[in-house]
Amino acid sequence: MYEHDVIVVGAGGAGLRAAVAADEAGADVALVSKLHPVRSHTGAAEGGINAALREGDDWELHAYDTMKGSDYLADAPAVETLTQDSPEDTITLEHWGMPFSREEDGRVSQRPFGGLSFPRTTYAGAETGHHLLHVMYEQVVKRGIQVYDEWYVMDLATTDEDDPNERECHGVVAYDVQSGNVEGFKANDGVILATGGPGQAFDHTTNAVSCTGDGHAMAYRAGAPLEDMEFIQFHPTSLPSTGVLISEGVRGEGGILYNNDGERFMFEHGYANNDGELASRDVVARAELTEVQEGRGVNDEYVHLDMRHLGEERILDRLENILHLAEDFEGVDGLIEPMPVKPGQHYAMGGIEVDENGQTCIDGLYAAGECACVSVHGGNRLGGNALPELIVFGKRAGRHAAGDDLGEPQIRTGYGDDVEDETDTELPVQPGSAGLDGSGGVAADGGMTADAEGILERQVESAREHVDYLMEKDTGVQHAEIRQKLQNAMTDYVNVFRTEEGVKKALKLIRECREEYQDVYVDDPSRTFNTDLQQTIETRNLIDVAETIALGALVRNEFRGAHWRQENQIRDDENWLKHTLISWEEGEPKIFYRPVILEGEDKTYEPKDRSY
Amino acid sequence: MSTQQQEPEQPESQETPKDPEMKGAESPVDEKEKETGEIDQTTADETELEGETVLIKVFRYDPEVADKQEPRFDEFHVPFEKGMTVLDAVMYARDHYDSSLTFRHSCRQAVCGSDAFFVNGKQRLGCKTQMADLEHPVRIEPLPHQEVVKDLVVDMDHFYDQMHTVEPYLQQDDLPTGDLEEQRQSRENREKIKMSTRCIWCGACMSSCNIAAGDNEYLGPAAINKAYRFAMDDREDEEVKEHRLRIIEQEHGVWRCQTQFSCTEVCPKDIPLTEHIQELKREAVKKNLKFW
Ligand SMILES: Cc1cc2nc3c(=O)[nH]c(=O)nc-3n(C[C@H](O)[C@H](O)[C@H](O)COP(=O)(O)OP(=O)(O)OC[C@H]3O[C@@H](n4cnc5c(N)ncnc54)[C@H](O)[C@@H]3O)c2cc1C
Ligand code: SF4
Ligand code: FES
Repeated sequence: MYEHDVIVVGAGGAGLRAAVAADEAGADVALVSKLHPVRSHTGAAEGGINAALREGDDWELHAYDTMKGSDYLADAPAVETLTQDSPEDTITLEHWGMPFSREEDGRVSQRPFGGLSFPRTTYAGAETGHHLLHVMYEQVVKRGIQVYDEWYVMDLATTDEDDPNERECHGVVAYDVQSGNVEGFKANDGVILATGGPGQAFDHTTNAVSCTGDGHAMAYRAGAPLEDMEFIQFHPTSLPSTGVLISEGVRGEGGILYNNDGERFMFEHGYANNDGELASRDVVARAELTEVQEGRGVNDEYVHLDMRHLGEERILDRLENILHLAEDFEGVDGLIEPMPVKPGQHYAMGGIEVDENGQTCIDGLYAAGECACVSVHGGNRLGGNALPELIVFGKRAGRHAAGDDLGEPQIRTGYGDDVEDETDTELPVQPGSAGLDGSGGVAADGGMTADAEGILERQVESAREHVDYLMEKDTGVQHAEIRQKLQNAMTDYVNVFRTEEGVKKALKLIRECREEYQDVYVDDPSRTFNTDLQQTIETRNLIDVAETIALGALVRNEFRGAHWRQENQIRDDENWLKHTLISWEEGEPKIFYRPVILEGEDKTYEPKDRSY
Repeated sequence: MSTQQQEPEQPESQETPKDPEMKGAESPVDEKEKETGEIDQTTADETELEGETVLIKVFRYDPEVADKQEPRFDEFHVPFEKGMTVLDAVMYARDHYDSSLTFRHSCRQAVCGSDAFFVNGKQRLGCKTQMADLEHPVRIEPLPHQEVVKDLVVDMDHFYDQMHTVEPYLQQDDLPTGDLEEQRQSRENREKIKMSTRCIWCGACMSSCNIAAGDNEYLGPAAINKAYRFAMDDREDEEVKEHRLRIIEQEHGVWRCQTQFSCTEVCPKDIPLTEHIQELKREAVKKNLKFW
């Protein structure tokens, strides 16, 4: 058994920042990550970090933009914390050596981004995330922080009181990917989940193969609610074969979208008569999919993004990296042919419910980064607002877990007297556990209020048994089949278009996946670097996460931010200024709502039209 | 969907590398293959491949599994699709034919540096290499000169150790004080270090380097490039720069490099590694540091 004050699960931007902060606050901290830190998906972010650094800008403007962008589903105290802390935390990155792009006077550069009233997106070329990830890992090396890399965390070691608000988290159970050994990691002061997004729940995504929502699923099964899971951002221009992102820059420079009949459909089919290709992400994504569904897609799958008319010179000057992306990942030469694009899952606004200090309702359990929901993005994330979230809330979670006093949070977590139960929606199938699928998360057999070590040991024991079971079983279904079915269900029915009927179909299919999972087995007999085993466990997590996304999409009958419902295509403030919360209770999802907090430090953000 | 099945797994004896060492197999280096692979003259025509299947030959080894302890090559027929990369091909083979086929991968977009393989005799990122650009059948092996853990997975610890040796973090304690004061850096200086900051730690360069193969302690191109990234960054003081030069001009440092350019050729991020090493040599001379 390993033991540290603070255990950080995941070593992307959020996890690394949390570890450095905990270390600075004097804690003995360790990072446990299934990937080596520099392999984390934070490295893929291109655009930049929003921070009000310059004269003429201030955090209040940033907060206003963020609330508006969120379609008034973000909590004001979270947004204000983000926007107040981001400038200092961004400059800290500079102090650590991050190679930001520079202005003539040697100061860091900022650029305009969609939905921002001031050009405050601080960037390092077209690879801001790569630099942020590496500079933060450098700090971890400098401080000699212990990294357990290629250790896959399977579950949390949590007590099992009936009321999740009374539970305590004492550590995690992980296995060493290289050797297959399952071990316990005891956390004396706290566990911070920083496991990134759940993009692999969808068939087509800009997220990495490793973005499997493990942290979401572990926290969920331990009793912490998942918040606003239905809010998924889809990016309209990703390459069909890999999901690699083609930036908005192409349309910004004048790139045109065509359907298979050569029509400029954004105008010709009236999706956005004013802004055309430059309409907001969700509008363009829905338009593309309508074209495909109505039979005007190319190969029934995608549309064309054409930039040839811009001329070789202009393309090489401004969009050279796009040429490389299309060539390397799609085998298409953007100078002589149009590029195929389609909507891809891009970002999850929701996540593990936490307060401004990163704490969940379970004592000693924290979450930060894309896996968490504070909530700063509400119904829709603005470009450039995820990276500041990593550093601001990663740092806060690290400090708080290490014992720093950050003051009383204003955001409440867990089931309490301020929530409202979901009562109306009829479910097509019984969601939740289908029996023997790897324990209900919270160690099952009651009486788990023993000492921390005892709890951890028992959890390790049950994880070992679970692994042995999966490895020893030698016939059945393989994870790849189930995963593909799950991803197709989500992409077919819980995509940019959502109908009651469709989402119900998805829930049924998810249920089938769960049932098939009862019979899952790992074919690779080796304990050495068994990715078959890892992916099998990840698939289970994806099922849990996908189900919460679909449940959220079913109950929220309105159109807000990235979530669109056919049956009620308006933002319904009267009924829906509230967060969706789903928690796992004795193997079943329980759905409830908590009102959104629109009151800031000294003003209230009145819901306005989200028009630009 | 294709109904293609994996061909019976027959070890191709002439391609089986020499006896592995106790701890793990050394990945194979086939010099002849290396030359032909690099040139890639007869690349398959994409339109010709459409609707076809492509044949990949993948190196297999597992210290724990009886019939994989002796390294072998397995063949897989994978249905070709436009835009298919080497990574797509091995993923397809794994998900449809053999779930024990093991390799690292994550981002699928050349930023995480997980999937540097030895493809047709050259170090390449699987996700950044189009199948249509390669000679067929395509041979996929783990990075040479590194211990093989299993199939295409090599032990990266030595690579990481070398990266850590060069103190890879900005050393500047004298930071500007005052509200939100940043260190100033000129555009020229940022431009100067730009390419060096693009490294994704894939290890391709190190694997391609003959010197590194012969001298296990050689820092290697990636670590030297990391040192360059800081040594050239004006945000560090002269003293620190000297300290850095002392690290890289040690016995197993820059002077080992014989400017063969193999690292520069394989780097998926187009970092001019050899140039950076040469420049550090000149800096070291300028600073009158000891020759080895
Ligand atoms: C293509 C792309 C472009 C983007 N561009 C921008 C942008 O310009 N600006 C912006 O603000 N945002 C951008 N975003 C969003 C932003 O990059 C991500 O939300 C953010 O980087 C997520 O960081 P993270 O630290 O939460 O997770 P990640 O960086 O994904 O890290 C997750 C970590 O958790 C570990 N992990 C996961 N599961 C386990 C487990 N079971 N056991 C152990 N370890 C585990 C992984 O190994 C990894 O280290 C972009 C996203 C994408 C996909
Ligand atoms: S220098 Fe290039 S080849 Fe070497 S590790 Fe970095 S990215 Fe890979
Ligand atoms: S999968 Fe990340 S670099 Fe290829």
